[in-house]
Order: sequence, then C-alpha cells, then structure tokens
Amino acid sequence: MWLTPAMQDLLLDAANETALMVLAAAGIAIAAGLPLALLLQATAPDGIARHAAVNRVLGVVVNAIRSVPFIILMVAIVPFTRAVAGSSIGTTAAIVPLAIAATAFIVRLFETALRDVDRGLVEAAQAMGATRLQIVTHVLVPEAAPGLVAAITVTLVSLVGYSAMAGAVGGGGLGDLGIRFGYQRFMPEVMAIVVVLLVLVVQGMQTLGDALVRRISRK
Amino acid sequence: MNALTPHVAAHVAAQDAGRALVSLRDLRKSYASAAALDGVSLAVARGRIFGIVGRSGAGKSTLLRCVNLLERPDSGQVHLDGQDLLTLDRAALNTVRRRIGMVFQHFNLLARRSVADNVALPLELAGVPAAARSARVAELLSLVGLADRAGAYPAQLSGGQKQRVGIARALAGRPSLLLCDEATSALDPETTTEILLLIRDLRDRLSLTVLLITHEMAVVKAICDEVAVLERGRVIEQGRVFDVFTRPQHPTTANFVAEVIGTTLPDGALGRLPAPQPGTQRRILRILFAGPHASRAVISEASREFGIDLNIIAGRVDAIGGAPFGVLAVAADGPPGRLMQATAWMRGLGLAIDAIDAIAAEPAALAA
Ligand SMILES: Nc1ncnc2c1ncn2[C@@H]1O[C@H](COP(=O)(O)OP(=O)(O)OP(=O)(O)O)[C@@H](O)[C@H]1O
Ligand SMILES: [Mg+2]
Repeated sequence: MWLTPAMQDLLLDAANETALMVLAAAGIAIAAGLPLALLLQATAPDGIARHAAVNRVLGVVVNAIRSVPFIILMVAIVPFTRAVAGSSIGTTAAIVPLAIAATAFIVRLFETALRDVDRGLVEAAQAMGATRLQIVTHVLVPEAAPGLVAAITVTLVSLVGYSAMAGAVGGGGLGDLGIRFGYQRFMPEVMAIVVVLLVLVVQGMQTLGDALVRRISRK
Repeated sequence: MNALTPHVAAHVAAQDAGRALVSLRDLRKSYASAAALDGVSLAVARGRIFGIVGRSGAGKSTLLRCVNLLERPDSGQVHLDGQDLLTLDRAALNTVRRRIGMVFQHFNLLARRSVADNVALPLELAGVPAAARSARVAELLSLVGLADRAGAYPAQLSGGQKQRVGIARALAGRPSLLLCDEATSALDPETTTEILLLIRDLRDRLSLTVLLITHEMAVVKAICDEVAVLERGRVIEQGRVFDVFTRPQHPTTANFVAEVIGTTLPDGALGRLPAPQPGTQRRILRILFAGPHASRAVISEASREFGIDLNIIAGRVDAIGGAPFGVLAVAADGPPGRLMQATAWMRGLGLAIDAIDAIAAEPAALAA
C-alpha cells in the first residue's frame, strides 16, 4: 500500500467521522421528519385533521430552512449549536446543522410520499371506523413505506455531500480530509481515495435503497 | 313536501326510523359550485336491495357518503336503525361505522397487504384478537370464493377478484348495512353480473340491507328491489323496481328505463309491412305487458273487438325480480276512432302504451 500507516489512520478516522455525521443526522431527521410530515399532511385542506394555521406555519418554517444554503445555515445557527452540542466545532457540533437541514429536506419528501397514498384508502379506513391515529399507523405509513424508504435514501445521499461541507466548521470527515491533504498539501492519491470512497458509499446506499423499495412495494 | 312543519317532520322521521333500517330526511349539501343534494328523503327497509340511480353529477356519491357521514350534510337527518347519527361524537360514530360495510368502485384495497390482511383490517381496527381474526378471515374468503388467494396481493388479482376482497372486507364486522358506490362500474359485463349475483346471494344469506348507487339501470334491474332516481340532487321518482320499470312517471326515468327494456325496431321492419288500407290510419305502438295481463291474449282480443289490424313488429319477454313482463312494438291499422278506442281499452287493462310513431318514422324514412 502506498499510503503511510499514519495516513491510513487518518483516512479511517475520517471515514468514521463521516459515517457518524451522516447516520446521526439522518436518524434525527427521520425521527423528527416523519411526525412533522404527518402533521403537514393531516392538517392540509384534504387531510384527516384539517388545520389551516398549523399547516401554513409549518410549511413556511420548513421552506425557510430549505431555502437557506447549508453553509450559511451552519454559521447562522452557531449559538444554537453551541447550546446543544456544548461546542460549535467538531464532529458532534456538525451533526446539529446537518440534522436541521436534513429534517427540513426529508419532511417535504416524506410529505410527498404520504400524499401519494390514494385518498380512497383513507376513506375506506374511515368508513371502517378507524380513528385518525389508526389511519396513520394502519394506512398512511405502511402504504407510503416504499416512498418513505426512497426519501430516506435520497436524504442519506445528500447528507454525504453536506457532511463534506461540515468540514468547514471542523467537522472532520472524508470531505475535510480530501481538502486538507489532497488539495492543500498536493497529495492527489488521498484525493483520489476520498473520491472513490465517497462514490462507492453513495452508490452502495442508492443500490440498497432501491432494492429495499422494490422489495417492499407490491405494485 | 318541504312545507312540513318541524313537528310533523320529526314525527314522520320517527315513524320512518321505526320501519326502515336507513332513513334520510331532507338532506341538503352544497359545494361552492352548486347544491349536490337538494332535499333528499329516503327510507330503506330492512333486507332490501335499494338502488339509487342517476347521471354523473346527480349527487349519488354525496348521498351515499352521507349515510355513514363520510360527508356531513349541511342540514337534514340521518337515522340508522332508529339512531340519529348526526348527534354522535367521533368515537360513537366510529362504533356505528364498524357495523356498516362499504364497497368502492375502485376497490380501495391496501396494496401492501395480502388479501387475507386486507380482509382482516377492519377486525384489527376493532381490536379483535389475532386468532379470532384469522378464523373470521378464512370464513369470509370462502364466502366470496377466494379461499385459495389468501396470500396474494391486490396487484396479482383481476378486477372481479379485487371486488370480492372488497366485499369480504366490508362484511368482516358483520354489518347490517352494505353501501356500494358503483361497485361494478370498473368491471366488464360478465364480471359485473357475477359480483351483482354475489351481492344478492350475500344479502339473502346474511340478511343484509344493501344501498347501492349506480348509473346503470341494468344493475338496478338485475338485483334491486327498490329504486330511487336522482337528478340534480333531488329524488324525482322512487318505488318498487318493477313498477318503476313498467310505469316510469318522469321523462328522465323513462329514458333510463328505455336503455334496458326499450324496444328498438329491426332495420327496415316498417318498410316490409303491407301498405295500410285506404281510409285507415297507422299508429306504431309500444305495449308493455306486466302483472296479471302479461299472459292474456290481448292482441288478438283487441283485433277482434275493435276490428283493427295489429301487426307485431318486434317484441321481447323479460323479468324483473322474477316478475315477468313483455314489450311489443305493433303497427296498428284501422279507422282513427277505433284505434283510440282500442288503446283506451288496453290502457284500461293496465297495459302501458306509448305511441312511438316519431321514433319509428326514422328507420322507415331511411328505408324509403
Ligand atoms: N368534494 C367536492 N367539492 C366540490 N364539489 C363536489 C364535491 N363532491 C361532489 N361535488 C359536486 O357535487 C355534485 C354531485 O357529485 P356526486 O359525486 O355526488 O355525483 P355522482 O352522482 O356520484 O356522480 P358520478 O356518477 O360522476 O360519480 C357534482 O356537481 C360534483 O361536482
Ligand atoms: Mg359518484
């Protein structure tokens, strides 16, 4: 191997940091995004718990976050990040803006997946005497599952890209390594390895996600 | 009828509710564009298959959806088994809905649940334990003839099979009332017949009451006991299917009925008739035989009694709900006064007679 052992360690650490940032942010985004998307969908004019004001406010907030470029969002919420993570620098700190951006991103994707569930199915459940919670748990979420999984895949892939930017606030990770060694210290082989790794990871996630969607959809 | 005082209206509603399983009184519902229901009152007696027929946009779906309050009327009353549904809170309404089955035009099956799991859904929602659920599901699937497809997914089924699943699902909670919204409109004619016969068979076996809506009079003729014709949010005619088919009162109903039992004349039939004798007039009549006179030799008797010629051009015999009726198209030749006497005599026997000269003239003109 033409990488020094020290460089191999750096690479391994960076890969771990990227994995941590992506997975933690994605986990938070899924956990927060699904209830928010359900709330958006339910409070919509044709939803099962119509509420114009809630729907409007939530929609505006989500769109506002989505329209701020990630690099600016990161800087803009530094005080919040410091309050939550105890520091504004480092991998843990980078998870905060990543999670916020990913949540706003995935909420819209989840909402689209939920909206694609045939209204007739909700109606059938209502006619059976289903409560609103039962409609969510027995109809909306399970029927939207393929779309929800596809949304998670897209979010994970985007997070890999965003996490590289998080290197700018000392988040570490593969993107950061590539910039610092590959670019600033003229080590093209490091850059090459980073790029190949990122491509493989993204491909792998997409392939797995697609396979899962195919497996669970019964169309 | 809208002049009923509130007191009388309430009294009538209570009376209806006593006899009928479903009683709707003066339902009104408007959307931004127009009134979908404009004062509809109906009573559906227990054990009947009640059809609501109407053109697209007449308000049929809105009306049906008011029965289980998927749609809340702006005003009016909905009684099920004597219970006023509009006063129920959400939880009580859900309990009532579990006793009402609903079947949909587009089946509305959950794509990611197997056939068995689709049928089990209402039981799951009602908190039935798993063991009891699977026993009931097996029973329901054999009831609709799908015992061998329990593990299949909706995408693997034909339209008719999907609707069988829909029906099994609707029956899971042992409902007393089955609502069908165009349950056969997405199916081919043979499958339609199959599903209709299934619904009738289930009605008989489970003593269901069925309220179904359709835009096809053929569906009404096939299985309904009673029918209401809806036009622009109003019931324009209502009664026993046989009566409505054989004696439609409203022009719209007559049009609907004609689709199913209309006598179309064979091409060129009029041209092949011998020319009328000088001094006589020719009327083309459509005679509908129903009830006790269906089998009486009315044609020969009229011919003898009134000294007129009656030439049969076309005819068919059919049955509605087991009651036979016949339709004949005849060319009646005779002096005008005699023709009038003869038609009056036949009407007096309870036959329905229309002059269809205008309709008949067209093919004749073409043939000439
Ligand atoms: N949710 C709605 N919003 C606005 N207008 C509606 C709505 N539902 C029904 N309407 C209107 O009410 C009228 C009656 O509709 P409805 O669906 O009850 O008719 P229908 O007899 O079932 O017709 P079809 O045979 O086409 O299903 C129509 O003019 C329709 O446009
Ligand atoms: Mg309709």
